[in-house]
Amino acid sequence: MRPEPATLLELYRTMLLVRRFEERVYLLFLDGEIPGTLHQYQGQEAVAVGVCDVLRRDDWITSTHRPHGHALAKGVGPRAAMAELYGKETGCCRGRGGSMHLGDPDAGMLPAIAIVGGGNTVVTGLGLAFKLRRTDQVAVCFFGDGATNEGAFHEGLNFAAVERLPVVFVCENNRYGASTPWERVSLVPSVAARAAAYGVEGRAVDGMDVLAVREAASTAVAAARAGKGPTLIECATYRFVGHSRSDARRYRSREEEAEWQLRDPIERLRRQLEEDGLADAAALEAVAREVDAVLDDAVEFARRSPDPDPAEVLADAYV
Amino acid sequence: MPMSEAATGTRRLTIAEALREAVAEELRRDESVFLIGEDIGIPGGFGGAFGVYLGLTEEFGHERIIDTPISEKAIAGAAVGAALMGLRPIADMQYSDFLFECMDELVNQAAKMRLMSGGRLRVPLVMRAPVGASTRGAQHGQSPESYFVHVPGLKVVCVSDAYNAKGLLKSAVRDDNPVLFFEHKLLYGSKGREQVGGLDLTAEVPEEEYLVPIGKALVKREGRDVTLVATHVSLYQSLAVAEELAVESGIECEVIDPLTLLPLDTETIWGSLRRTGRLVIVHEDTRTGGWGAEVAARAADDCLYELEAPIKRVTAHDVPMPYAPVLEQSVLPTGERIRAAILEVCG
Repeated sequence: MRPEPATLLELYRTMLLVRRFEERVYLLFLDGEIPGTLHQYQGQEAVAVGVCDVLRRDDWITSTHRPHGHALAKGVGPRAAMAELYGKETGCCRGRGGSMHLGDPDAGMLPAIAIVGGGNTVVTGLGLAFKLRRTDQVAVCFFGDGATNEGAFHEGLNFAAVERLPVVFVCENNRYGASTPWERVSLVPSVAARAAAYGVEGRAVDGMDVLAVREAASTAVAAARAGKGPTLIECATYRFVGHSRSDARRYRSREEEAEWQLRDPIERLRRQLEEDGLADAAALEAVAREVDAVLDDAVEFARRSPDPDPAEVLADAYV
Repeated sequence: MPMSEAATGTRRLTIAEALREAVAEELRRDESVFLIGEDIGIPGGFGGAFGVYLGLTEEFGHERIIDTPISEKAIAGAAVGAALMGLRPIADMQYSDFLFECMDELVNQAAKMRLMSGGRLRVPLVMRAPVGASTRGAQHGQSPESYFVHVPGLKVVCVSDAYNAKGLLKSAVRDDNPVLFFEHKLLYGSKGREQVGGLDLTAEVPEEEYLVPIGKALVKREGRDVTLVATHVSLYQSLAVAEELAVESGIECEVIDPLTLLPLDTETIWGSLRRTGRLVIVHEDTRTGGWGAEVAARAADDCLYELEAPIKRVTAHDVPMPYAPVLEQSVLPTGERIRAAILEVCG
């Protein structure tokens, strides 16, 4: 079912926020303002945004080493997210987490788990808590194609299945685990096909189409909420950038990248909005200006925020 | 010792019975507590690998006693996730050797979520695991406490008698941090098995509810000449040697059960060490990088000028645990090796 016009515009705005957040962060990183490394989300926006749009604020997600898009889509504030990347006390994890552990309990997002497959078992505990407490909350686990060859993928999916946990497993198959092509590490072409091994439904969707992702997520989340157990959704997607900041992408061709660029999920929705007469170029330009203003504010907030106090850090290991 | 001796009677319980009581009381007290593990509540099953949970499903049902697939990563991951949502899981490993299957969930997730969240989340889980050699060979006989003593964010408890087992398990359930709770598989029953000399392992346990605090060591035997720090079977071996030496040569050993290895109660242990000037640490884990090395290093840091002899460790030798009983005994710490170490530092 096609979403309301207001929803379509919101999907567009959130995808654009993620894209421009990542572009901004990349430049700030190159300028030396943001420490560490970055694993960026450009190209995959339709997955986080399509899934999180059907979640409630009190639903929870787990994320990966590539969490910026999940965070913004789930409702982590751009100020708190940006300040966390800067390592500031005002960050959503008070500068203790950083890029790879972005999260915010108030938004229903655990600190992102940067061990590949790590979230695939932890998410079952979120679902178990909701089940035991008889709430109708749902937990969503985002993970990449690489995680599906970790033992945790199998243990988590099987346990969630046998306990009928309110969990949705969302695989972002972006074709490469770091530099390694998916075809090289799995004789089964489809991640979704693996669901059959655990007696759960597997769905393969176009991860460059936010409406397709949203529709699949909506069905899976409704099933989970109704006590029918987990679904495995595989979203075929592509990261437009390297695995991390040092990646020159020599393991894939520029032609392949250009083909996927033609399927840019943000451009795709923009065309639909224009063709359906839901937004004209001026309206979409206004959205972009608003997003840029939000990011200007977030960067300014992060820059002027205080560093964490090293005198406090030893108290952070224990309650 | 009971906290209020006058108010209540006591009875003698085994460690397994005391742990079962602790679990049942906590399940009754707090509906956020639940059990998760392999073979813990299956009808006609084992009640856990060592029978600790026998009979609990009748009262608490299968919703709060969750039998899992043989999936240690799922067990630990589910415990971490549920704890993050405010429940208080008691997770069960059939053998502590299997903890290596879920090191990611324990070391990368349980121990680090509090810091990674900037102090906004807590992980109140307990992971119970039996340790110790019992002629089951290399993969069912390890004492892996030391791996976890190295991890900031975890607490590590070792229990050796029914009274402390019950009181500490209840404290562990109520603790807001992840607690690794290690028991020795030869010490669960009413009699220590032959390997530990057929000890009477029941202890007086109050009828009334009590807690034993995490992070507090216990002086099991007072003595002026040498401080012994030991856990589990090594503790009973040390106590036996202490009695023998008192009679034979007048050496009075002070024997301390640390009960908690992380955080270590240095106040109690150093207090003893400053009186005796001599320290022998005994554990069933292997020597290199074992928790005894940490105790020795810290004792040297804090008390070196009060020492009258080198610090000695009596540990398992640095080799995977072999199967044949004669080989196993040759690898493990023995009363003879403990005695030799004491005589050396007191010589």
